[in-house]
Amino acid sequence: MEPAGLTWVLISSALVLFMTPGLAFFYGGMDRRRNVLNMLMMNFYCILAVPVLWMLAGYSLAQVPFENDWLGSLDAFALGDLKTAGDGGTLATIAFLGMFAAITPALISGAVAGRMKFAAWAVFVPLWLFIVYVPIFKWLYGGWLGQRGSLDFAGGTAIHVNAGIAALAAVFVLGRRKVDPAPPHSMPLVMIGTGILWFGWFGFNAGSALNANGQAAQAFMNTFLAGAAAGLAWVVTEWIRAGRPTNLGAASGIVAGLVAVTPAAGYVSGIAPIIIGLVAGVVCSLAVRLKSKLRYDDALDVVGVHFVGGLVGSLLIGFFANPKFFEAEFTAGLFYGGDSGLLVEQLIANVVAIVWSFVLTFVIMKVLDVVMGVRVEEQAEVTGLDLALHLETAYHD
Amino acid sequence: MKLITAIIKPFKLDVVKDALKAVNITGITVSEVRGFGRQGGHVETYRGAEYKVDFIPKVRLEMVVDDPAADAVVDVIVKSAGSGNIGDGKVWVTDVSRVVRIRTGEEGRDAI
Repeated sequence: MEPAGLTWVLISSALVLFMTPGLAFFYGGMDRRRNVLNMLMMNFYCILAVPVLWMLAGYSLAQVPFENDWLGSLDAFALGDLKTAGDGGTLATIAFLGMFAAITPALISGAVAGRMKFAAWAVFVPLWLFIVYVPIFKWLYGGWLGQRGSLDFAGGTAIHVNAGIAALAAVFVLGRRKVDPAPPHSMPLVMIGTGILWFGWFGFNAGSALNANGQAAQAFMNTFLAGAAAGLAWVVTEWIRAGRPTNLGAASGIVAGLVAVTPAAGYVSGIAPIIIGLVAGVVCSLAVRLKSKLRYDDALDVVGVHFVGGLVGSLLIGFFANPKFFEAEFTAGLFYGGDSGLLVEQLIANVVAIVWSFVLTFVIMKVLDVVMGVRVEEQAEVTGLDLALHLETAYHD
Repeated sequence: MKLITAIIKPFKLDVVKDALKAVNITGITVSEVRGFGRQGGHVETYRGAEYKVDFIPKVRLEMVVDDPAADAVVDVIVKSAGSGNIGDGKVWVTDVSRVVRIRTGEEGRDAI
């Protein structure tokens, strides 16, 4: 790796790490006062456990050797095959990918908020990492799905669709909250979290070029534009439908746009990120209403924002992928001289990820429920998880 | 002696306090409270989902005054706390049978 590229990947890694606390604030602000610390802890736990697991075996199983179709190996157990530091490129990449592995299970925490046992979460995260995340990641990056020609620049399918559908499976096992949902306890916290997420997302998307080049710059630009366009679209949609522009609408739209542009960031250019953002903003603002119609308790809308947003972005690659602009060797989308082949591959990759993630997440949660129970006692739900599970209180007078 | 209790809009607190000081009230106890009256609550919308907020933040003022001053104090509060809108609050007067100043042991009017 060239020094400029190495520098950018290292900086990007730190930016992506920062997204997990950002997500914690984004979710924590939306949660109740009495559950906010539990929400933060579920997220921070991911950056305690996952880096260790990623270094020991996650990276090896997910990427070594790169050519394997289905799964890596334990050849790089505890990074054992790294005999020299080299130019730092490999180490920087391992760190960078480790940040992604950490935030992906953290995304699920928003759906199960307010009623999941922390002990069950502590076991769920490592199981989910190895059983769900690592295989899907492998298939898309180097494995059979990637080889077929599907595109996922920074993890639209591998991370957002995956975590979003896993969230749905998890809440099916977990069930609805006993106490009525409450409005966000701190909107300023939500807005700070959104700002941190957007800031970190420049590393997430532009860092995924794994180089400091034109593709990184376009991915940066796309991250900038899609977040803005989607925030705008969500606010305008709710303004028309409900009569008021809201902060939570702006924040949700920004995140939906960032999710949608994630798979496309290094493959689209020009007006495409704005269109992707606008579509994601409108579609996700409508999709978050599904939970009240279909009666599943996705507390903080992980399905409506991450699953739907990721799917929208991933499928739109089938229309907007523009290899000529990047002078690169990937398949063109329908609007740039390609046929429907890429769209079909996008569809296949997402369906595979959805089925694998949903079924196995459901199984993991069911097994955990039998072995240790996944739900807190009703009394803990009423008292608040902060005090009941952590013996802490967020706000003292 | 009378205990005057007033529930007012929080943003009126400073105006009412200044008006009471101007008529030589020597002490007020203030608490932040929540409740509903005719105003009821209101509805907030988050991601399209509506939440009913039943209890609205208000400020409760309490002060003990000598009998002859009570009516004038009530008038001052009504005048200064009013905005003409629903939710301005209420004032009520209760009889007080005994008041003691803890530091000196003074009782009654001397303790106010």
